[in-house]
Amino acid sequence: MSGLEGRTALVTGASGAIGRACAVALAGQGARVVVAYGSDEQGAQETADLVKAAGAEPVVVQADLTDPGAAKELVAAAGEAGIDILVNNAGLTRDGLVLRMRDDDFTGVLEVNLVAAFRCTREALRGMLRRRWGRVISISSVVGLVGNPGQANYAASKAGLIGLTMSVAREVAGRGITVNAVAPGYIPSKLTDAMGEEAKQATLGQIPVGRLGTPEEVAAAVRFLAGEEAGYITGQVLAVDGGMTMGA
Amino acid sequence: MAQSREEVVETMKDVLASELGVEADKVTADARFKEDLDADSLDLVEVVLALEEKFGIEISDDQIAGVKTVGEAADLVISKQTAVG
Repeated sequence: MSGLEGRTALVTGASGAIGRACAVALAGQGARVVVAYGSDEQGAQETADLVKAAGAEPVVVQADLTDPGAAKELVAAAGEAGIDILVNNAGLTRDGLVLRMRDDDFTGVLEVNLVAAFRCTREALRGMLRRRWGRVISISSVVGLVGNPGQANYAASKAGLIGLTMSVAREVAGRGITVNAVAPGYIPSKLTDAMGEEAKQATLGQIPVGRLGTPEEVAAAVRFLAGEEAGYITGQVLAVDGGMTMGA
Repeated sequence: MAQSREEVVETMKDVLASELGVEADKVTADARFKEDLDADSLDLVEVVLALEEKFGIEISDDQIAGVKTVGEAADLVISKQTAVG
Protein backbone atom coordinates (compact mmCIF):
# COMPACT_ATOMS: atom_id res chain seq x y z
CA MET A 1 0.00 0.00 0.00
CA SER A 2 1.72 3.16 -1.08
CA GLY A 3 -0.95 5.65 -1.86
CA LEU A 4 -1.73 6.19 -5.53
CA GLU A 5 -3.38 2.88 -6.39
CA GLY A 6 -6.34 3.40 -8.69
CA ARG A 7 -5.11 6.85 -9.76
CA THR A 8 -4.08 7.76 -13.28
CA ALA A 9 -1.27 10.21 -13.93
CA LEU A 10 -0.39 12.06 -17.12
CA VAL A 11 3.22 13.18 -17.46
CA THR A 12 4.04 15.36 -20.45
CA GLY A 13 7.59 15.34 -21.75
CA ALA A 14 7.93 11.89 -20.22
CA SER A 15 10.71 10.91 -22.61
CA GLY A 16 13.10 13.37 -20.93
CA ALA A 17 15.09 12.96 -17.73
CA ILE A 18 12.80 14.76 -15.27
CA GLY A 19 9.58 13.54 -16.89
CA ARG A 20 10.85 9.98 -16.81
CA ALA A 21 11.78 10.21 -13.15
CA CYS A 22 8.32 11.64 -12.36
CA ALA A 23 6.57 8.88 -14.30
CA VAL A 24 8.59 6.19 -12.54
CA ALA A 25 8.11 7.76 -9.09
CA LEU A 26 4.33 7.94 -9.54
CA ALA A 27 4.26 4.40 -10.92
CA GLY A 28 6.13 3.30 -7.82
CA GLN A 29 3.18 4.56 -5.77
CA GLY A 30 0.81 2.40 -7.81
CA ALA A 31 -0.48 5.00 -10.28
CA ARG A 32 -1.24 4.10 -13.86
CA VAL A 33 0.86 6.45 -16.01
CA VAL A 34 0.15 8.05 -19.36
CA VAL A 35 3.62 8.61 -20.84
CA ALA A 36 3.29 11.55 -23.23
CA TYR A 37 6.09 12.54 -25.56
CA GLY A 38 6.62 14.84 -28.52
CA SER A 39 9.34 13.38 -30.75
CA ASP A 40 11.62 11.07 -28.75
CA GLU A 41 9.80 7.78 -29.26
CA GLN A 42 12.71 5.70 -28.01
CA GLY A 43 12.97 7.77 -24.83
CA ALA A 44 9.24 7.37 -24.22
CA GLN A 45 9.52 3.62 -24.67
CA GLU A 46 12.36 3.47 -22.15
CA THR A 47 10.19 5.41 -19.71
CA ALA A 48 7.31 3.04 -20.33
CA ASP A 49 9.57 0.05 -19.64
CA LEU A 50 10.66 1.61 -16.34
CA VAL A 51 7.04 2.36 -15.42
CA LYS A 52 6.23 -1.28 -16.06
CA ALA A 53 9.23 -2.38 -14.01
CA ALA A 54 7.92 -0.21 -11.18
CA GLY A 55 4.76 -2.28 -11.26
CA ALA A 56 2.36 0.03 -13.08
CA GLU A 57 0.64 0.05 -16.42
CA PRO A 58 2.03 2.58 -18.93
CA VAL A 59 0.06 4.12 -21.78
CA VAL A 60 2.38 5.72 -24.34
CA VAL A 61 0.99 8.62 -26.38
CA GLN A 62 2.66 10.90 -28.89
CA ALA A 63 1.35 14.45 -29.13
CA ASP A 64 2.63 17.70 -30.56
CA LEU A 65 1.92 20.23 -27.83
CA THR A 66 1.95 23.12 -30.30
CA ASP A 67 -1.27 21.61 -31.64
CA PRO A 68 -4.27 23.10 -29.77
CA GLY A 69 -6.02 19.72 -29.90
CA ALA A 70 -3.16 17.83 -28.25
CA ALA A 71 -4.36 18.28 -24.66
CA LYS A 72 -7.69 16.66 -25.46
CA GLU A 73 -5.95 13.69 -27.08
CA LEU A 74 -3.66 13.23 -24.09
CA VAL A 75 -6.48 13.29 -21.56
CA ALA A 76 -8.56 10.99 -23.77
CA ALA A 77 -5.66 8.51 -23.81
CA ALA A 78 -6.38 7.83 -20.14
CA GLY A 79 -9.77 6.44 -21.16
CA GLU A 80 -12.79 6.36 -18.87
CA ALA A 81 -10.63 6.67 -15.78
CA GLY A 82 -9.66 10.27 -16.58
CA ILE A 83 -6.58 12.00 -15.24
CA ASP A 84 -6.18 12.30 -11.48
CA ILE A 85 -2.64 13.60 -11.48
CA LEU A 86 -1.32 15.93 -14.17
CA VAL A 87 2.39 16.68 -14.36
CA ASN A 88 3.03 19.54 -16.76
CA ASN A 89 6.64 18.82 -17.50
CA ALA A 90 7.11 19.24 -21.25
CA GLY A 91 9.44 22.09 -22.01
CA LEU A 92 11.96 23.36 -24.48
CA THR A 93 14.58 26.09 -24.65
CA ARG A 94 15.63 28.44 -27.41
CA ASP A 95 18.29 30.44 -25.66
CA GLY A 96 19.62 33.75 -26.83
CA LEU A 97 20.06 37.30 -25.63
CA VAL A 98 16.92 39.36 -25.83
CA LEU A 99 18.44 41.75 -28.35
CA ARG A 100 18.97 38.85 -30.72
CA MET A 101 15.81 36.92 -29.87
CA ARG A 102 13.25 36.56 -32.62
CA ASP A 103 9.53 36.67 -32.01
CA ASP A 104 9.06 33.02 -32.75
CA ASP A 105 11.89 32.05 -30.40
CA PHE A 106 9.86 33.70 -27.68
CA THR A 107 6.37 32.61 -28.63
CA GLY A 108 7.52 29.10 -29.56
CA VAL A 109 8.86 28.52 -26.05
CA LEU A 110 5.77 30.08 -24.46
CA GLU A 111 3.51 27.90 -26.60
CA VAL A 112 4.92 24.59 -25.37
CA ASN A 113 6.06 25.48 -21.84
CA LEU A 114 3.10 27.60 -20.79
CA VAL A 115 0.15 27.56 -23.20
CA ALA A 116 0.20 23.78 -23.55
CA ALA A 117 0.33 23.46 -19.75
CA PHE A 118 -2.73 25.69 -19.55
CA ARG A 119 -4.56 23.56 -22.10
CA CYS A 120 -3.64 20.28 -20.41
CA THR A 121 -4.71 21.72 -17.06
CA ARG A 122 -8.06 22.90 -18.43
CA GLU A 123 -8.71 19.54 -20.04
CA ALA A 124 -7.71 17.44 -17.03
CA LEU A 125 -9.64 19.62 -14.55
CA ARG A 126 -13.05 18.58 -15.88
CA GLY A 127 -12.71 15.03 -14.63
CA MET A 128 -10.97 16.14 -11.45
CA LEU A 129 -13.89 18.43 -10.64
CA ARG A 130 -16.34 15.61 -11.18
CA ARG A 131 -14.35 13.30 -8.95
CA ARG A 132 -13.61 16.01 -6.40
CA TRP A 133 -9.97 14.97 -6.34
CA GLY A 134 -7.00 16.03 -8.37
CA ARG A 135 -3.37 17.04 -8.40
CA VAL A 136 -1.87 19.42 -10.93
CA ILE A 137 1.89 19.80 -10.66
CA SER A 138 3.77 21.99 -13.08
CA ILE A 139 7.50 21.79 -13.49
CA SER A 140 8.64 25.40 -13.34
CA SER A 141 12.28 26.34 -12.83
CA VAL A 142 14.44 28.47 -10.59
CA VAL A 143 15.01 30.73 -13.58
CA GLY A 144 11.29 31.53 -13.39
CA LEU A 145 12.00 32.87 -9.89
CA VAL A 146 15.25 34.74 -10.41
CA GLY A 147 15.75 35.03 -14.19
CA ASN A 148 18.71 34.01 -16.27
CA PRO A 149 20.60 35.87 -18.98
CA GLY A 150 19.97 34.25 -22.36
CA GLN A 151 16.73 32.69 -21.23
CA ALA A 152 14.17 35.51 -21.27
CA ASN A 153 11.70 33.32 -23.14
CA TYR A 154 12.26 30.25 -20.97
CA ALA A 155 12.23 32.23 -17.73
CA ALA A 156 9.05 34.03 -18.77
CA SER A 157 7.36 30.73 -19.51
CA LYS A 158 8.46 29.24 -16.19
CA ALA A 159 7.36 32.33 -14.24
CA GLY A 160 4.10 32.17 -16.17
CA LEU A 161 3.56 28.64 -14.90
CA ILE A 162 3.75 29.96 -11.36
CA GLY A 163 1.02 32.56 -11.99
CA LEU A 164 -1.07 29.91 -13.70
CA THR A 165 -0.53 27.56 -10.77
CA MET A 166 -1.59 30.06 -8.13
CA SER A 167 -4.66 31.22 -10.04
CA VAL A 168 -5.95 27.74 -10.80
CA ALA A 169 -5.18 26.69 -7.24
CA ARG A 170 -7.51 29.42 -5.98
CA GLU A 171 -10.24 28.51 -8.46
CA VAL A 172 -10.46 24.83 -7.53
CA ALA A 173 -9.27 24.83 -3.93
CA GLY A 174 -12.72 23.94 -2.63
CA ARG A 175 -12.97 20.85 -4.79
CA GLY A 176 -10.28 18.57 -3.42
CA ILE A 177 -7.86 19.60 -6.15
CA THR A 178 -4.43 20.98 -5.36
CA VAL A 179 -2.30 22.86 -7.88
CA ASN A 180 1.39 23.35 -7.24
CA ALA A 181 4.66 24.00 -9.00
CA VAL A 182 8.06 22.44 -8.51
CA ALA A 183 11.01 24.63 -9.45
CA PRO A 184 14.11 22.57 -10.19
CA GLY A 185 17.52 24.17 -10.09
CA TYR A 186 20.30 22.71 -12.21
CA ILE A 187 19.50 19.10 -13.04
CA PRO A 188 21.60 17.22 -15.61
CA SER A 189 19.36 16.77 -18.66
CA LYS A 190 19.43 17.42 -22.36
CA LEU A 191 18.75 21.07 -21.60
CA THR A 192 21.78 21.48 -19.30
CA ASP A 193 24.03 19.33 -21.53
CA ALA A 194 23.90 22.25 -23.91
CA MET A 195 25.69 24.45 -21.34
CA GLY A 196 29.41 25.10 -21.73
CA GLU A 197 31.89 23.78 -19.11
CA GLU A 198 32.64 27.30 -17.88
CA ALA A 199 28.96 28.07 -17.40
CA LYS A 200 28.57 24.81 -15.50
CA GLN A 201 31.41 25.65 -13.11
CA ALA A 202 30.02 29.13 -12.53
CA THR A 203 26.64 27.60 -11.78
CA LEU A 204 28.08 25.18 -9.22
CA GLY A 205 29.46 28.15 -7.31
CA GLN A 206 25.92 29.44 -6.80
CA ILE A 207 24.56 26.21 -5.35
CA PRO A 208 24.93 25.96 -1.54
CA VAL A 209 24.67 22.18 -1.67
CA GLY A 210 27.66 22.22 -4.05
CA ARG A 211 26.42 19.82 -6.70
CA LEU A 212 23.82 19.50 -9.42
CA GLY A 213 20.52 17.88 -8.53
CA THR A 214 19.13 14.66 -9.93
CA PRO A 215 15.89 14.04 -11.81
CA GLU A 216 14.91 11.66 -9.01
CA GLU A 217 15.20 14.47 -6.45
CA VAL A 218 12.76 16.53 -8.50
CA ALA A 219 10.47 13.53 -8.87
CA ALA A 220 10.47 13.03 -5.10
CA ALA A 221 8.89 16.47 -4.69
CA VAL A 222 6.33 15.67 -7.38
CA ARG A 223 5.51 12.35 -5.73
CA PHE A 224 5.01 14.09 -2.40
CA LEU A 225 2.72 16.76 -3.86
CA ALA A 226 0.74 14.08 -5.72
CA GLY A 227 0.08 12.13 -2.56
CA GLU A 228 -2.96 12.09 -0.34
CA GLU A 229 -0.96 13.59 2.54
CA ALA A 230 -0.24 16.78 0.55
CA GLY A 231 -3.93 17.67 0.31
CA TYR A 232 -3.52 20.84 2.38
CA ILE A 233 -0.72 22.24 0.21
CA THR A 234 -1.85 24.27 -2.79
CA GLY A 235 -0.66 27.22 -4.85
CA GLN A 236 2.92 26.66 -3.73
CA VAL A 237 6.24 26.66 -5.50
CA LEU A 238 8.63 24.06 -4.12
CA ALA A 239 12.18 24.76 -5.21
CA VAL A 240 14.37 21.68 -5.58
CA ASP A 241 17.58 23.54 -6.19
CA GLY A 242 20.19 22.73 -3.56
CA GLY A 243 19.38 25.99 -1.80
CA MET A 244 20.15 28.17 -4.81
CA THR A 245 17.13 30.45 -4.52
CA MET A 246 16.50 30.44 -0.79
CA GLY A 247 15.02 33.74 0.23
CA ALA A 248 14.24 34.69 -3.35
CA MET B 1 -34.18 15.42 -30.89
CA ALA B 2 -35.70 18.41 -29.11
CA GLN B 3 -37.27 17.79 -25.76
CA SER B 4 -40.03 19.63 -23.93
CA ARG B 5 -39.08 22.22 -21.34
CA GLU B 6 -40.40 19.93 -18.60
CA GLU B 7 -38.21 17.09 -19.80
CA VAL B 8 -35.15 19.32 -19.86
CA VAL B 9 -35.89 20.64 -16.37
CA GLU B 10 -36.26 17.04 -15.18
CA THR B 11 -32.86 16.15 -16.63
CA MET B 12 -31.38 19.28 -15.08
CA LYS B 13 -32.65 18.10 -11.71
CA ASP B 14 -30.41 15.05 -11.97
CA VAL B 15 -27.47 17.08 -13.22
CA LEU B 16 -27.78 19.71 -10.50
CA ALA B 17 -28.31 17.14 -7.80
CA SER B 18 -25.12 15.36 -8.82
CA GLU B 19 -23.02 18.44 -9.64
CA LEU B 20 -24.14 20.79 -6.87
CA GLY B 21 -25.41 18.23 -4.40
CA VAL B 22 -28.71 20.07 -3.99
CA GLU B 23 -31.96 18.30 -3.15
CA ALA B 24 -33.88 17.55 -6.34
CA ASP B 25 -37.02 19.11 -4.80
CA LYS B 26 -35.35 22.52 -4.72
CA VAL B 27 -34.62 22.42 -8.46
CA THR B 28 -37.66 24.04 -10.01
CA ALA B 29 -37.89 26.12 -13.17
CA ASP B 30 -38.04 29.27 -11.02
CA ALA B 31 -35.11 28.37 -8.79
CA ARG B 32 -32.27 30.89 -9.03
CA PHE B 33 -28.79 29.34 -9.19
CA LYS B 34 -27.05 31.76 -6.87
CA GLU B 35 -29.75 32.73 -4.41
CA ASP B 36 -31.82 29.54 -4.16
CA LEU B 37 -29.32 26.82 -5.01
CA ASP B 38 -26.29 28.40 -3.40
CA ALA B 39 -24.15 27.96 -6.53
CA ASP B 40 -20.90 29.88 -6.90
CA SER B 41 -19.31 30.73 -10.26
CA LEU B 42 -17.35 27.48 -10.45
CA ASP B 43 -20.52 25.52 -9.65
CA LEU B 44 -22.19 27.19 -12.61
CA VAL B 45 -19.29 26.28 -14.87
CA GLU B 46 -19.59 22.68 -13.72
CA VAL B 47 -23.32 22.72 -14.46
CA VAL B 48 -22.69 24.13 -17.94
CA LEU B 49 -20.02 21.50 -18.66
CA ALA B 50 -22.41 18.77 -17.51
CA LEU B 51 -25.25 20.15 -19.65
CA GLU B 52 -22.96 20.40 -22.68
CA GLU B 53 -21.96 16.78 -22.24
CA LYS B 54 -25.45 15.50 -21.47
CA PHE B 55 -27.16 17.25 -24.37
CA GLY B 56 -24.27 17.30 -26.85
CA ILE B 57 -24.37 21.07 -27.24
CA GLU B 58 -21.95 23.95 -26.81
CA ILE B 59 -22.84 26.97 -24.73
CA SER B 60 -20.78 30.14 -24.95
CA ASP B 61 -19.90 32.32 -21.97
CA ASP B 62 -21.96 35.19 -23.41
CA GLN B 63 -25.02 33.02 -23.40
CA ILE B 64 -24.46 31.89 -19.83
CA ALA B 65 -24.09 35.45 -18.60
CA GLY B 66 -27.80 36.19 -18.80
CA VAL B 67 -28.96 32.96 -17.20
CA LYS B 68 -30.22 33.30 -13.63
CA THR B 69 -32.74 30.50 -13.17
CA VAL B 70 -33.03 26.80 -13.93
CA GLY B 71 -35.87 27.55 -16.37
CA GLU B 72 -33.72 30.03 -18.29
CA ALA B 73 -30.96 27.44 -18.51
CA ALA B 74 -33.50 24.91 -19.81
CA ASP B 75 -34.64 27.39 -22.46
CA LEU B 76 -31.03 27.88 -23.51
CA VAL B 77 -30.52 24.12 -23.82
CA ILE B 78 -33.70 23.81 -25.89
CA SER B 79 -32.73 26.66 -28.21
CA LYS B 80 -29.34 24.98 -28.72
CA GLN B 81 -30.91 21.62 -29.48
CA THR B 82 -33.26 23.21 -32.00
CA ALA B 83 -30.35 25.04 -33.58
CA VAL B 84 -28.49 21.77 -34.07
CA GLY B 85 -31.61 20.27 -35.59
